[in-house]
Amino acid sequence: MLTVAEAVAGCRVFDGLPLRYLELTAGCAHFTRFDAGVAIFLEGGDADRFFVLREGRVTLEVFSPERGRIVVQTLGPGDALGWSWLFPPYRWHLDAMAREPVAAIAFDGACLRGKCDVDHELGYELLGRFGDLMLQRLQATRLQLLDVYAHGSR
Amino acid sequence: MAAGEPGQLTPRPARVLGRRRETPESATIALEPDGEPWMPGQFNMLYVCGVGEVAISISGDPGRPDRLLHTVRSVGMVSAALCRLRRGEHAGVRGPFGSTWPVAEARGRDVLVVAGGVGLAPLRPVVYELSRHRGDYGRVTLLYGARSPRDLLFRRELERWRRRIDVLVTVDRAAPGWTGDVGVVGSLLPRAALDPSNAVAMVCGPEVMMRFVLADLQRLGLPEAATWISMERNMHCAVGLCGHCQLGPAFVCRDGPVFRADAVGWMLGMKEV
Repeated sequence: MLTVAEAVAGCRVFDGLPLRYLELTAGCAHFTRFDAGVAIFLEGGDADRFFVLREGRVTLEVFSPERGRIVVQTLGPGDALGWSWLFPPYRWHLDAMAREPVAAIAFDGACLRGKCDVDHELGYELLGRFGDLMLQRLQATRLQLLDVYAHGSR
Repeated sequence: MAAGEPGQLTPRPARVLGRRRETPESATIALEPDGEPWMPGQFNMLYVCGVGEVAISISGDPGRPDRLLHTVRSVGMVSAALCRLRRGEHAGVRGPFGSTWPVAEARGRDVLVVAGGVGLAPLRPVVYELSRHRGDYGRVTLLYGARSPRDLLFRRELERWRRRIDVLVTVDRAAPGWTGDVGVVGSLLPRAALDPSNAVAMVCGPEVMMRFVLADLQRLGLPEAATWISMERNMHCAVGLCGHCQLGPAFVCRDGPVFRADAVGWMLGMKEV
């Protein structure tokens, strides 16, 4: 049976992280599950965790009084969920809903931030990884905004 | 059909066998074939009498030679006229022209098919071939992105294909009731099971989308030399004479439309070409 440390070492977001930092990171992690339809977190709530999904899909949603729930992105196995734990005021900006039964690794944000305060090298490594993740999501969002399928014969 | 052959500039009449509405803006036209062999990735010049001619990729099943299918998005006068053709009417056909997807070269390797919007149409013959000869390939994954659920092509077939290959579908904008994925097609790439050291990718869609996907594929470790893309330019003659479809040193009609990405990928972001 896979241990938390082994699962953390297999996470894409931690590719290439030195073993000592993998161990520190795994020390703040545990396995968790969510039933389909459950809110993993809600907009405005305390962003005290983040997740790496192992099974199932999660939607990131915004609620609009005029349009109801608007899904802005779907995440699946291997994807990291949540970066608000890194930045004050540590509040979620979106709702995250389990669309299917979800298995994930949950990371305690305060625990990790504490370790980063003590070891800035770990903080640098993690910020670099989450910065890259944010860059990818920003690029994807730009592509969505371009609405590339709206015109032309393709 | 190669450049220089007699009759390649003269459309042959083809009877319309039927028309199927795919989305509010696109339709698949079935023409009576005239026996010209074709390969996945190739295109025909379709002519509507009194309106004009346009290059359209063949979207049918290579294993069904009894009908010649083209999926057309109505974006101009000619394509709109094609989408209005009725059974029994005639269109003009020149072709087939152009290069082909590397279906044979992909044997024994993982295959990733990435389509955006109507870009699934030129790749559909590939999916048919991969499904028919499923045992000849490693893991086969189709990633398909569209603007919204109503813009998805071949919805029933997507479900059928799931029995033979992995199919992941996403839309840029969800609609009420949509339970599939939301996000750009490149965001599905990490979920595709493939060995980058022994895989082939075939990509077709709007050029901006292909640029993003090529970058994502490189992040995954798939080299440009293992990636093929289908380019689209303003094709008129289809035989490399008129120069309208020039892309740097290449003519898309003659040297493409399917190119290995290392041949043209560097030009995708260039405003001058």
